[in-house]
Amino acid sequence: MPGAQGLLSIDWMVLVIAAWLAIGIGAIFAPRNFPYISRVLYPAGALVGLLLAVAAFAALNQTPETMVLPLGLPDLPFHLRLDSLSALFLMLLGACTAGISIFAAGYLRKAEGTAPGVQCLQYHVFLASMALVLLADDAYAFMVAWESMALSSFFLVTSDHRIPEIRRAGYLYLLIAHVGAISLLLCFGVLQGNGDAGVAGYTFANMRGIDHNAFWSSAAFGLALFGFGAKAGLLPLHVWLPEAHPAAPSPVSAMMSGVMLKTAIYGVLRVGFDLLHHPLWWWGVAVLTLGLVTALFGVIFAAVQSDMKRLLAYSSIENIGLLFVGIGLTLTFQSFGMRALAALALTSVLYHCLNHAAFKSLLFLVTGSVLHATQTRNLGKLGGLIHYMPWVAWLGLLGVLSSAGLPPFNGFVSEWLLLQAFLFTPGLPHGYINMMIPVAAAAVALTAALAGYVMVKFFAVIFLGQPREAKLNQAHDAGRLERSGLVWLAALCVALGLFPVFVIEKLDSVTRLLLGTGIYQAAGEAARAHGWMYLAPISPDRASYAPVVFLLSILVIVAAAYLIVRRFWHIRVRITGAWDCGFPMQTARMQDTAEGFGQPLRQVFEPFYRMTRELPSSFDKAPVYRVVVEDHLWYWLYLPVAKVTEFGARMVAFLQQGRISIYLLYSFVTLVVLLFLIHG
Amino acid sequence: MNTAFSVILQFLELVTALLAAPLLTGWVNQCRAWLGNRTAPPLFQFYRQLAKLFEKEVVLAANASSLFRAAPYFIFACMALASMIVPTLSTEPPFGPAADAIALVGIFALARVFSALAGMDIGTSFGTLGARREMLIGFLAEPALLMVFFTASLISQSTSLSTIVQALGQREFAIYPSLAFAGVAFTMVSLAENARIPVDNPTTHLELTMIHEAMILEYSGRHLALIEWAATLKLYAYSCLGLALFFPWGIPEGTGFANLLVALPALVFKLAVGGFLLALIETVSAKLRIFRAPEFLGTAFMLAVLAMLVHLLLETAK
Repeated sequence: MPGAQGLLSIDWMVLVIAAWLAIGIGAIFAPRNFPYISRVLYPAGALVGLLLAVAAFAALNQTPETMVLPLGLPDLPFHLRLDSLSALFLMLLGACTAGISIFAAGYLRKAEGTAPGVQCLQYHVFLASMALVLLADDAYAFMVAWESMALSSFFLVTSDHRIPEIRRAGYLYLLIAHVGAISLLLCFGVLQGNGDAGVAGYTFANMRGIDHNAFWSSAAFGLALFGFGAKAGLLPLHVWLPEAHPAAPSPVSAMMSGVMLKTAIYGVLRVGFDLLHHPLWWWGVAVLTLGLVTALFGVIFAAVQSDMKRLLAYSSIENIGLLFVGIGLTLTFQSFGMRALAALALTSVLYHCLNHAAFKSLLFLVTGSVLHATQTRNLGKLGGLIHYMPWVAWLGLLGVLSSAGLPPFNGFVSEWLLLQAFLFTPGLPHGYINMMIPVAAAAVALTAALAGYVMVKFFAVIFLGQPREAKLNQAHDAGRLERSGLVWLAALCVALGLFPVFVIEKLDSVTRLLLGTGIYQAAGEAARAHGWMYLAPISPDRASYAPVVFLLSILVIVAAAYLIVRRFWHIRVRITGAWDCGFPMQTARMQDTAEGFGQPLRQVFEPFYRMTRELPSSFDKAPVYRVVVEDHLWYWLYLPVAKVTEFGARMVAFLQQGRISIYLLYSFVTLVVLLFLIHG
Repeated sequence: MNTAFSVILQFLELVTALLAAPLLTGWVNQCRAWLGNRTAPPLFQFYRQLAKLFEKEVVLAANASSLFRAAPYFIFACMALASMIVPTLSTEPPFGPAADAIALVGIFALARVFSALAGMDIGTSFGTLGARREMLIGFLAEPALLMVFFTASLISQSTSLSTIVQALGQREFAIYPSLAFAGVAFTMVSLAENARIPVDNPTTHLELTMIHEAMILEYSGRHLALIEWAATLKLYAYSCLGLALFFPWGIPEGTGFANLLVALPALVFKLAVGGFLLALIETVSAKLRIFRAPEFLGTAFMLAVLAMLVHLLLETAK
């Protein structure tokens, strides 16, 4: 479908990138002109995002379009390509940007570290580089975009660079991002084959054409998994998430968690299904296992956090884990040639990408509003905000219910599809995998249930109960711009939850591109007989789910119950103090804190945590209770690696004596050795 | 299938559930009293209690939010919907396709989240304690329940409840080891989910040992009535679910009027026996400490996973 003036879809995408860059550059000419930046540039960026979402949506069903940009090095131009997979993730980027940028317009305040204009530039470069990552069709453009994405987000994370913890978080993020990037570079090196294609070998088109043997394709996949896993927060490369997300300003956390993590998922799908052709079954099992461990780890740690953004960061780790579980399942099915089931699993992955983007951006923005209203991220100092911030609270509740995977909201749909995919596994021709699958399904179910626990904690401690600090009664609700951003994302959550059939129909083009079949198409007339209301991915006899009917019946029963109670009895209410079993001296400090609410899980999953507890003795006059929950992996993996690296660096430092004669000696010795080698 | 009749049937199922649920709770209470050698309350005691609560005015804490006031209606609606989806009088309720076994677990979870949030809303120590414990029970019970359904789904190749019940009802009479494991797991989960004795005590008056009751301490009047009614509906839904999964005989497949004449007595008989067994279990066991509850539910979870493995190992020999 050519757009206006005969432009191809891909031209629109390039225009969007150019527009974002232009907005960013427009900001540095007036870096301190706050009204101009917040009231003109950010809303303009949001509008461009909306445009991107619409254009990408229109491009979902199209045949791939390619383009060569006159940028890059001589003889190494940037290749771009827009296919259904790119279009889907571009749509996700555009839709989230529309909400987050509008929120940012109302959210950003003066005097927060980096000058607003510079921050606006970084933010829009970040957006443009994410779009370029999704469009890139050669390794060079991909790595350039990937690195600018990492760098621009690093600068955004360290907006408040005067605070040491934030600098440390930024450093950790940058470090892991680069370790991952090196791995990706190596992966593309393996993928380009033995160099027969010469300089053109770096294009994805060339990589697609090469049939690697089992060893090299496994090597490439492993490197890609490591590289993209570092960006996504796959265990054990997850440590930067809980540091970087709280450090960044809330719209940036929302963007990173909602969208940037998805570029890593995009990368895994691109390499695993598009550039490589024949997945091996053990890749699937490995990815599945890693995903499960990540998901459980994330949710168990989320349950004991007392910083609201850290809690959400761990919950993102959990969701990334679930996405990898789906990818692993897809790989397994695909390797055994069960394409219809692979399509089902892949659909659940893609669906969950959209869902997680919508609800996690929403929740991060909610924490932003709460942070501005109360100046604290610490759950122990919040509470009762539903009375002072009703808009934020009720919209947050939608996000919380979605994130907890409860029907009829969106998180449930993808969870449902994933569990359906698990139920089909007994058809696998491999006995041991068959045995493993029920255990994996059980772990997924446990993760989903724990996510409910975490989300109840998140919502209840922030918004319900009595305010834990006196100053909370001065909290103000979000402004109009912030509110509209929240409403947009909440509406996405609800729409994705209520109309799954439309979404799945759209996702079909992506699964057809990657796997050659789509579930909506394959389900046939029987499954579509009920129309848009009933989601029946295989056949109505096997499984069906109708969120609209579900929601309507709940609402009808609620309304009926309300009216009947009114009609037959009365609606008298007497307002008085809380009863609490007659205990008169109730204070806000007697309700559960975040630590208290997480305590049962700390007890049940004790071996997972590294806990340092300081328990006061019974005779202590000024008792202090402290408990620090840390991650074992930090001590078992990161500190040893850091030690080895430091040791290596010190060894290398022996070479560096600081005297020119010694350096000349090195050159001389090198020369002699080389001459010897050439002659010998 | 006659659409008008099936809608009537669905409505009938809902009304039956709404009316029979308090009766079932009353029956269980009677049996408990008899087994405990006490004088039993009348069978219809629960209706009187509901009527009394509806008459009374609501005493609301000053800092209750609108979430607190809306929650009872939503909890009630979730449980009513659940009892509409569970096949009781016919294996093909018109609402069946709206939600399968996984969605049913989702409904229970939704109701639990609402009640936990409401429990946290006033910000009293007992309310938050109850909410925390309820979520603790919930996060272990939910996956165990899901695994029970998965076992049934693997046998019947479907997650749709009506297909499951049909498939289980039609198979030849034989002991399936996987279903036996799943049945034990399901019983343990239902005890925990319905706040029955080894995990919680529905008649307790000691706040410190409460789970479900602590969470709803601040409710009164019609709100409390709706929550209590929802609790009985939950017990009813779970009982019917257990009967439909493990004793599926007597639920007619068609939707003829004559079928109803078979279905209704069969349901009443099975519920009466089930209720008595529930009372028996409650009488002979003692309440667990709260931190033994995860072990109890962990066992249920393991049994349910084991049921799936057993099915894959023993019953699908190729």
